Amino acid sequence: MAVRIASREFVLAGHAPGAGVWQAGEPGLRITPGGRARTVRRAWLDTFDWRLFRAGLTLELRAPGRPAGRGGRAGAVLVLTGRDGRAVTGEAGPAARPPFLAGALPDGPLRARLAAAAGVRALLPLAEATSVLTEAPALNADGKTVAVVTLDRSELTAPSRAALPARLVIGPLRGYQAEADRLAAALAGAPGVEPAAGSAFETALAAAGRRPGDCSGRADVRLSAGMPAAAAVAVILLSLLDAAEANVPGTLRDLDTEFLHDLRVAVRRTRSVLRAAGAALPPGLADRYRAEFKWLGDLTTPVRDLDVYLLGYPAMAAGLVAAAPADLEPFRERLRQRRARARGRLVRGLRSERFADLAAGWRRDLAGLAGASGGPSAGELAAGQIARAHRRALLLGGSIGPGSPPQALHELRKACKELRYLLEAFASLHDPARQRRAVRELKALQDCLGRFQDAEVQLAVLREIAGQLHADGSAPAAALLAMGEAAGAVAARQAAARGEFAERFAGFASPGGRARIRALTRGAR
Amino acid sequence: MKVLAAYAIKGGVGKTAAAVSLACLAAGDGMRVLLWDLDPQSAATFMFRVRPKVKGGGRALVAGRLPARDAIKATDFPGLDLLPADFTYRNLDLHLDGQAKPATRLRAVLRPLRPEYDLVVLDCPPGISLLSENVLRAADLLLVPVIPATLSVRTLDQLAGFIAGLGGRHPQLLSFWSMVDRRKLLHRQITAGPPEGHGDGMASTAIPALSAIERMFAERRPVTAAAPRGQAARCYQGLWREAQARLGLRPAEAGASGLSPGPAGRRSSPR
Ligand SMILES: Nc1ncnc2c1ncn2[C@@H]1O[C@H](COP(=O)(O)OP(=O)(O)OP(=O)(O)O)[C@@H](O)[C@H]1O
Ligand SMILES: [Mg+2]
Repeated sequence: MAVRIASREFVLAGHAPGAGVWQAGEPGLRITPGGRARTVRRAWLDTFDWRLFRAGLTLELRAPGRPAGRGGRAGAVLVLTGRDGRAVTGEAGPAARPPFLAGALPDGPLRARLAAAAGVRALLPLAEATSVLTEAPALNADGKTVAVVTLDRSELTAPSRAALPARLVIGPLRGYQAEADRLAAALAGAPGVEPAAGSAFETALAAAGRRPGDCSGRADVRLSAGMPAAAAVAVILLSLLDAAEANVPGTLRDLDTEFLHDLRVAVRRTRSVLRAAGAALPPGLADRYRAEFKWLGDLTTPVRDLDVYLLGYPAMAAGLVAAAPADLEPFRERLRQRRARARGRLVRGLRSERFADLAAGWRRDLAGLAGASGGPSAGELAAGQIARAHRRALLLGGSIGPGSPPQALHELRKACKELRYLLEAFASLHDPARQRRAVRELKALQDCLGRFQDAEVQLAVLREIAGQLHADGSAPAAALLAMGEAAGAVAARQAAARGEFAERFAGFASPGGRARIRALTRGAR
Repeated sequence: MKVLAAYAIKGGVGKTAAAVSLACLAAGDGMRVLLWDLDPQSAATFMFRVRPKVKGGGRALVAGRLPARDAIKATDFPGLDLLPADFTYRNLDLHLDGQAKPATRLRAVLRPLRPEYDLVVLDCPPGISLLSENVLRAADLLLVPVIPATLSVRTLDQLAGFIAGLGGRHPQLLSFWSMVDRRKLLHRQITAGPPEGHGDGMASTAIPALSAIERMFAERRPVTAAAPRGQAARCYQGLWREAQARLGLRPAEAGASGLSPGPAGRRSSPR
């Protein structure tokens, strides 16, 4: 059966539809206006990086306009609509007070779909409106409602205030698609009615000066091979600074774990670029900031480590065989306490003058480089630095044998990260298909090293907390036993990663693997 | 998903009136409700102003060639959908008989709808047939109108015997006095207590003979929507509470004051 995509949403030239609009129906399809208006408060939600939008989903929180006394949000619903217009609806409940995590919602189809799209990212209100909705059923010759035309007069209330154009929306009824399509065609021809260019959400966003997908919190730059290296490096570093700063408010409010993660990524990349390409900048500049960014990076490490731990905690608890998941609770409690303390330090740091000076000074100094000229080209710089980082990773990895200490793998991991960042920072200079092929083996190696190193950190934390719990006698033996079992599982994972290492590194260091990375920069040298 | 069937051996006793009313009330409680009009006379379908037509007819439905979900029509009442009647339903026994496991076909047709509906209401044609056996195998609760007349009470015995003879999975029985006219001495006498041997299965709510109920078929508008506070609606509300209790949807406590709204709150006005 052919699916006809017809626009079922329209905007009106005026504030209210003229009489002609209501007469737009045809014989046997009569619109009957005059229904009672009701006021609803709406909020459209997405993650900071627009995961729902990217997945073709729209999430709306809808509550009756008049505050329903105490209990407040009685009757509020969440409506998740897919590209095909099909919606999953769920009671909003107390957990759905934005911002919230999909995982906090009651179990059900809505949570499942939301969690699959949003993952661990919080759902934030991006636009809010108060809408006066009036429904006009469209009846067939039998007086049966076959579609509902809703007049939607909305006012944007957040992030700014603005009147929005009045809309007409055709709500099809199950089993009456053809009638809804006919009605849509009829309305499209009515005076003062235009097919809507975007959804109600997109219109609200546009009125607030935004558009879907306008912010990712990630750095993304376009370079050309011939531009001066200093200018290219400044562009990269500026975009990393933008990304870092974009993630600070969410980190401070602790909206979800990924703000801090993305902030860290931006800082780490900044440090990599400073290390690798600092020489392309005016003398002394890189040196001046290197220590400051190390401070910033170190400031973020403890909370992130604990976040990784807590995110993995459910799986860890579920994986226990001998102990019960609840036995591990005292351990989780300690993790939470530690995180709370670490967060206090992080927040103080991010609110400090030192941080404000760093960000402002760095932006000022980078802005001065935009017009830099002379010196090597961006292409030359990229090729040279990627080759250098590549050599270093091969050298470090080549010296690792079965007896090497964990520290050696950690060093290799850092070198691989640096190589990866350089490849990505200069990605716009490379052929995208070649780039994907080139990073494949590097990614697999990094993944293996990451698992090894995460396990190393986790084991250390487990031992430390076990020691404390034992020393202050605050946890039952069952907790220590459960932690012992969990440590066994982590150690087994670590051993597996260690066992995989030789093969992963061999792939990376194979003639083919080397050639693929070299091929990226060949043209530039 | 619970299945409630309005069923009686006798015709014209108020099955359709009860099925339509209870389906509307359940949807008003916020339940997701499907009403399946199994009667080729299509009285319920007519009431909701839906065309009595199913693509491929009853045969396609019971043979599984037409998934039930593709034949469903929304009614004008939020939360209430209709699986319409079709004139070919008059041959439903024949079509059922041609299937493997002919007595549980109806159940099989409804099974895929489980995630979509909280309640299915079956409006059955009168009689005892293979279709009735299918209904008994599919239903959790049988709602049986009984007119206060000696003959009606006897068919109730017959029905109880039919159910008892089935063995295996069978529904609970909830009969109720239907079209009770308090001005008639015979009605007052007969409805003074439950019929002998049917004490547990008799609802304490009776549905009086009311012109508002009679009119709803002519006006094509369920009485629960036409006069939501009228006597008819209140009586059906009482019957619905008792049915809910039997279905395990609310605590069995006659006359409890707290109405329990369903998962999405109360919605009683039509679209
Ligand atoms: N409580 C009542 N008071 C007055 N009239 C009623 C009442 N219940 C039903 N009727 C009327 O009696 C007739 C039969 O009712 P209804 O269609 O509900 O019975 P039924 O058992 O479904 O009939 P059938 O066996 O034909 O399907 C209808 O015209 C209806 O309006
Ligand atoms: Mg009937």
